[in-house]
Amino acid sequence: MLSDSDFLAVWLTLKLATTVTLLLLVIGTPIAWWLSRTRSWWKAPINALVALPLVLPPTVIGFYLLIAFSPNGWLGQFTQSLGLGTLPFTFWGLVVASVIYSMPFVIQPIQNAMETLDDRPLEVASTLGAGPVDRFFTVVLPITRPGFLTAAILGFAHTVGEFGVVLMIGGSIPGETRVVSVQIYDHVEALDYAQAHSLSALMVIFSLMVLIGLYLFQRKGSRSVMRYGV
Amino acid sequence: MKFNQVAVGLIAFCVSGMVAADQIRIAVASNFYVPMLEIARQFELTSSHSVVISAGSSGKLYAQIVHGAPFQIFFSADTEKPLALVEQSLADDDSLFSYAVGRLVLWSSAQDTDVESLLRNGTYSKLALPNPRLAPYGRAAVEVLMSLDEGIEAESSRWVLGENVSQTWQFANTGNTDLGFVALSQIRSSGSQSGSYWVVPRQMHAPIRQDAVVLVGYEQSVAVNEFLDFLKGHKGQAIIYAYGYEAE
Repeated sequence: MLSDSDFLAVWLTLKLATTVTLLLLVIGTPIAWWLSRTRSWWKAPINALVALPLVLPPTVIGFYLLIAFSPNGWLGQFTQSLGLGTLPFTFWGLVVASVIYSMPFVIQPIQNAMETLDDRPLEVASTLGAGPVDRFFTVVLPITRPGFLTAAILGFAHTVGEFGVVLMIGGSIPGETRVVSVQIYDHVEALDYAQAHSLSALMVIFSLMVLIGLYLFQRKGSRSVMRYGV
Repeated sequence: MKFNQVAVGLIAFCVSGMVAADQIRIAVASNFYVPMLEIARQFELTSSHSVVISAGSSGKLYAQIVHGAPFQIFFSADTEKPLALVEQSLADDDSLFSYAVGRLVLWSSAQDTDVESLLRNGTYSKLALPNPRLAPYGRAAVEVLMSLDEGIEAESSRWVLGENVSQTWQFANTGNTDLGFVALSQIRSSGSQSGSYWVVPRQMHAPIRQDAVVLVGYEQSVAVNEFLDFLKGHKGQAIIYAYGYEAE
């Protein structure tokens, strides 16, 4: 059914999605917290910036990243000055691109959960002598946990399904940038429809399972904090 | 009264359009898109028929045709896919012909560079080439690399594969790779004066033949045949040549 290169692509995709999800949870949490609490004028533009990858075609993101990442681009100059080389055609290039691409899917559910969070429990914790870090882990996190779970699942699934961006900056290198979606594309382009079918079926089953899991989990919680999306 | 005249005029215009001019729907491989636009433009100057062009990778266009896409002529980037359509009785056997032979070029976005010696000496960090599994230019590029005997196995870690020549051109053009195997036609169609290139000698790889075929049901179409005559004629051939292809 699946060839060795197919398995390599599956493994690479899971590695990429895991890395991106973990990174986004770390980066996205403070941003979501700020967005959920601030009354600043900057809230609207930052919200828009976070949501931008939802509406932009992936090819636009990929095209601009290819230019920005290039040795003469500003990001390329920056990574070279850090001695990291250039990002296109590398695993870490895909990570950076996917972090941007999947950002709204992680930040928005967390932000929604945090927006429904009352100030009361935080104030109580504060009067009991809990510091900011303590309050986050003992009050905010337990209450908003469903939002975090939704964020992690959606961020992971969305990265697995990524295609346009990877096609633009990946270069189809086995074990490095040739993820499942690109592998399927290669099979289709090479008219190897049987191989394309097996991998595609795997993707459909995986995506369906993830979404069923997500909705089952949401029904069990059935609270407004589970909203996600735009 | 005036309104009626306008309405009658509009209807007459639409009807005459339907009767006299046919629309020719063409599917063309991305690497031939720009020359095809030019050919279609010139053709429309001399003909009452109009041309609608859909560009894409040959593999995708092939899949679309197999599943009933409404194209009349298919210009592939290779010889296999038109032949496969003929074998499935989706295209007309007699209409099969090579419309262009591509030239492979090694290109660098750097100015005044001897790209050939960069390749021969291996003094580059990344080389872009079209995926040899998908693109005829990629297969030709691998043949060239093999003939240079650089030790393909070790070298392939520095290869970056584009899904087609257009993407490979993108990789090299943005400076993301030092070198790229692309089509001469791309350098001609981009109109860019910067960069350096080496036209790979013909004998270093098998000819990159691009075939076209008329899809079943349109063999007798006057418009389709008129267009093919134009393409095979003086003007068509001149355009094909100007864009860096050789005719058969």
